[in-house]
Amino acid sequence: MTVKYIGLSQINGPLVALEGVSGIGYDEMAKIKLDDGTQRLARVVEVSEDKAVLQVFEGTSGLSLENTETQFEGKPMELALSTEMLGRIFSGAGKPIDGLGNILAEKYADINGKPLNPVYRTYPRNYINTGISSIDALATLIRGQKLPIFSGSGLSHNKLAVQIVKQAKIADESGKDFAVVFGAMGVKNDVADYFKRSFEESGALQRTVMFLNLSNDPIIERILTPRCALTAAEYLAFEHNMHILVILTDMTSYAEAVREFSSSKGEIPGRKGFPGYLYSDFASLYERAGIIKGAEGSVTQIPILTMPNDDITHPVPDLTGYITEGQIVLDRGLDQTGVYPPVSVLPSLSRLMKDGIGEGFTREDHSMLSNQLFASYAKVQDARALASVIGEEELSQTDKDYLGFGKLFEKHFLSQSFDEDRTIDQTLDLGWLLLSTLPKSELERVDDEHIKKYYSPEKAKEAFGEQA
Amino acid sequence: MNTVNADVKTNSIYSVNGPVVKVKDTKDFQMMEMVYVGKKRLIGEVIGVSADFTTIQVYEGTGGLMPGEPVESTGAPMEVTLGPGIISNIFDGIQRPLAAMGANGKGAFIEDGIAVAPIDTEKEYDVTVCVKVGDTLRAGEIYATCPETPLITHKCMLTPNIKEGKVTYAAPNGKYKVNDTVVKIEVGGKETALTLCQKWPIRTARPVAERLPANMPLITGQRIIDTVVPVAKGGAAAIPGGFGTGKTMTQHQLAKWCDADIIVYIGCGERGNEMTQVLEEFSELIDPKTNRPLTERTIHIANTSNMPVAAREASIYTGITLAEYYRDMGYHTAIMADSTSRWAEALREISGRLEEMPAEEGFPAYLPSRLSQFYERAGYVKALCGKEGSVTVIGAVSPQGSDFSEPVTQNTKRFVRCFWALDKSLAYARHYPAINWNLSYSEYSDDLAEYYNTNIAPDFMSARQQLSNILVEETNLMEIVKLMGSDILPDDQKVLIETARVVRVGFLQQNAYHPDDTFVPLKKQYLMMKTILLLYSLAKEAVASGISVADITATGWFEKLIKVKYDIPNDKPEMFDEYQRDMVQTFDRLRTHV
Repeated sequence: MTVKYIGLSQINGPLVALEGVSGIGYDEMAKIKLDDGTQRLARVVEVSEDKAVLQVFEGTSGLSLENTETQFEGKPMELALSTEMLGRIFSGAGKPIDGLGNILAEKYADINGKPLNPVYRTYPRNYINTGISSIDALATLIRGQKLPIFSGSGLSHNKLAVQIVKQAKIADESGKDFAVVFGAMGVKNDVADYFKRSFEESGALQRTVMFLNLSNDPIIERILTPRCALTAAEYLAFEHNMHILVILTDMTSYAEAVREFSSSKGEIPGRKGFPGYLYSDFASLYERAGIIKGAEGSVTQIPILTMPNDDITHPVPDLTGYITEGQIVLDRGLDQTGVYPPVSVLPSLSRLMKDGIGEGFTREDHSMLSNQLFASYAKVQDARALASVIGEEELSQTDKDYLGFGKLFEKHFLSQSFDEDRTIDQTLDLGWLLLSTLPKSELERVDDEHIKKYYSPEKAKEAFGEQA
Repeated sequence: MNTVNADVKTNSIYSVNGPVVKVKDTKDFQMMEMVYVGKKRLIGEVIGVSADFTTIQVYEGTGGLMPGEPVESTGAPMEVTLGPGIISNIFDGIQRPLAAMGANGKGAFIEDGIAVAPIDTEKEYDVTVCVKVGDTLRAGEIYATCPETPLITHKCMLTPNIKEGKVTYAAPNGKYKVNDTVVKIEVGGKETALTLCQKWPIRTARPVAERLPANMPLITGQRIIDTVVPVAKGGAAAIPGGFGTGKTMTQHQLAKWCDADIIVYIGCGERGNEMTQVLEEFSELIDPKTNRPLTERTIHIANTSNMPVAAREASIYTGITLAEYYRDMGYHTAIMADSTSRWAEALREISGRLEEMPAEEGFPAYLPSRLSQFYERAGYVKALCGKEGSVTVIGAVSPQGSDFSEPVTQNTKRFVRCFWALDKSLAYARHYPAINWNLSYSEYSDDLAEYYNTNIAPDFMSARQQLSNILVEETNLMEIVKLMGSDILPDDQKVLIETARVVRVGFLQQNAYHPDDTFVPLKKQYLMMKTILLLYSLAKEAVASGISVADITATGWFEKLIKVKYDIPNDKPEMFDEYQRDMVQTFDRLRTHV
């Protein structure tokens, strides 16, 4: 259909309305041509018999009621897909911005995707060795999982994400079928640059597709960015059998874009002004991780979000936590004491870990060991709380033992350098070594057999000296 | 255009906004009627009728829908098809079988407008017809039976919509498909054919003969639930908890081990991978009572969070209608809804699209009445056919920001009598199930006391009370310990703290991955409780006679009782006698040493 409509009947924020139109479908795309020859993309967000409301991706500044020409495309937003996308950089709306020209599309796909039928999913079971002890031992990442990083402004989430990409042995033995899809929503130029440089240095850039929507880019485009990224990821994973790691940052900026858009549409706000459908909206992104029965590829997601004011009950981390399969929480207190990565152990969790660890995956003692580490570290917190009231001197011997364990745990287990890639055996042995600084009777979560095999106060003394 | 049937007028779409579609200037639609929307024939439901507009919520994606496309009326409300073939199946929110939706090359992604029959119409069942010509068949009475799975015999009942009829034809026993006529009855001079299936609107509760008091426990094998906060068959319980506290895990445990005949598991707005896990696990797990795969007694409804929001709203009703249908056959059914918060959010989302006036936190003002309509469909009843059956409802609640004062949790609390509050700090310490014993309650414990005291042990309830007293006292003492450390406590209170630790770690904590500990029979729960209480009274006596706490803990009995859940297998309750004997001897020796 090549009907063109001249002019608009209303402009309100990123929304424009056209009257006297017909044959327009909900969610369909349109091109708005301006007098000066430039062109903007728009999407139908509401349609009735003679009126259509469109959101304009590049913003409405410069539009008037008369200087436009609108042409509807008769189909929803589609992304051009090809394996050539690897190594390329796109705008948040999927247009190449690296100056290397358009890609030759193998196919086009609706960026909204379709819900994956749970009957045709494969339950994720293969663990990904990230080489980071706190993650591998306590919140194991599984291929096909969505595991977000909950962080705060100024914490080292970007560094951690880069280290995961660098060290993750996500690919099959040969390592050739691994690629990264990177979606940046509303991040600072510096951050986008940091990722670009880090991927380059680690040699991952050639296997990376980047979608960049910087913080000063239009917010409507920001809403499309993760959808474009995931469409590319699904294509590479399910049609080219690749293992794809999708990094989306920052989900908080994305949610704020959704909020801004919602309020300009005049929708009823929910908690903190976010629209009531934020949960469904998030789900339509996060649920696009997984493995399809019969396909070899997989989509694993690591969304990163900054918690405003470090508040984990803020709607963005809260709703995210209800959809994703666990979370890795970063902690400002640890960061300040110089612990990198500052993973806050107790609230961090991987829901899929229980089926992807243990004999045949990692090691038979993994599950009990991680439970014991959690339980013991929880007691460290109690002992610290008590010590802050009555002073360390007054503590019972057991509580003092826990304080010592806590210190060693943070120093040797949580802390590791940016270049340190620990094997799973190293990580688990280190965990046992730390537990060996505690009296045997305190180890309630491990069975005797493992205690016999791994518990050794002597070795701990050797490793940590007098501290133990 | 249909010219043959002149009274069917074609209506067309006026506007589209997300899942809400409006039709202008028509009086053809009735409230809650099911309709087909657009050329793709998307399934929708009428949710508002006024002189100007009819408002429809669409259960599928509305992308590409255009004003002017047809809207077809069906004249019937949203219904489910009830008949053999429901069990073991997995449906979406509006009873479309998910496996069939992807079959024949339709692929792993759910497209819009897929039409599939809810139950397999080609499969043949061995039908026994249990009426003969001349019999009078009343509403809810059984006219035919067939084995649906090796565990469940399906009973075809006269729909409650027909009061009674005279049987004019009864087919011989044999193999029939669900749509074959097996019985004909005469109702008011007209003959009606009865097949193996019937239809029922999902938003209407199925009628029963009478409601009975709920005084049988739903035995779950989970110690904290069975012993501390039990739920009755036909009761309603809520599991609220923030993310990561183990709601889903608890629901899975209940679905696997509770002693209901049939489980309806509703994944309402939850994770796709999790549903896949449920499906995989249930087909591998063997029901301990019947030695058959758990899937043979389970119905799954999976409407994951990224499937259309309107179908999520319907999924709860679809699930409970299926449960009621099997209840009417005389089965005990339990439905697990995970999570009702997602359902409430779906209500809120649709209400927002309708521009209704919001009440608390943007939820519509009718949230409490909808919640009560759902939970009130639970109950222990005498069905129309005379048999007893029950529907137990266990709803998970996902409070925003783990704040139990939010509207869904608060309103749910008013309509359930059993509240299993999940606690973040317990979950952080990996204490599972993370049910907080101080915040949780069960109003059923009095109703169930008789059952426990007659069937398990006469002093079951009193032992239970002593156990909770220990926990309450510990909570009080912990206030002091937090401030001053445990060293300053007198010896008898130290003993209490030690015992409370055994109760928490040895009794309340339960390991879902341990072959014995994942399900513990009531008898063993009772014996564990009694053994802990015996240790407490022995230790108290010992302290009174001047033995130090250090000597008492050095006996190792506290540690031994913590591990008793693993050390004594479920089928060897007699070992507890040995334990108790040894314990008494140990303490006798202690005393003689002093």
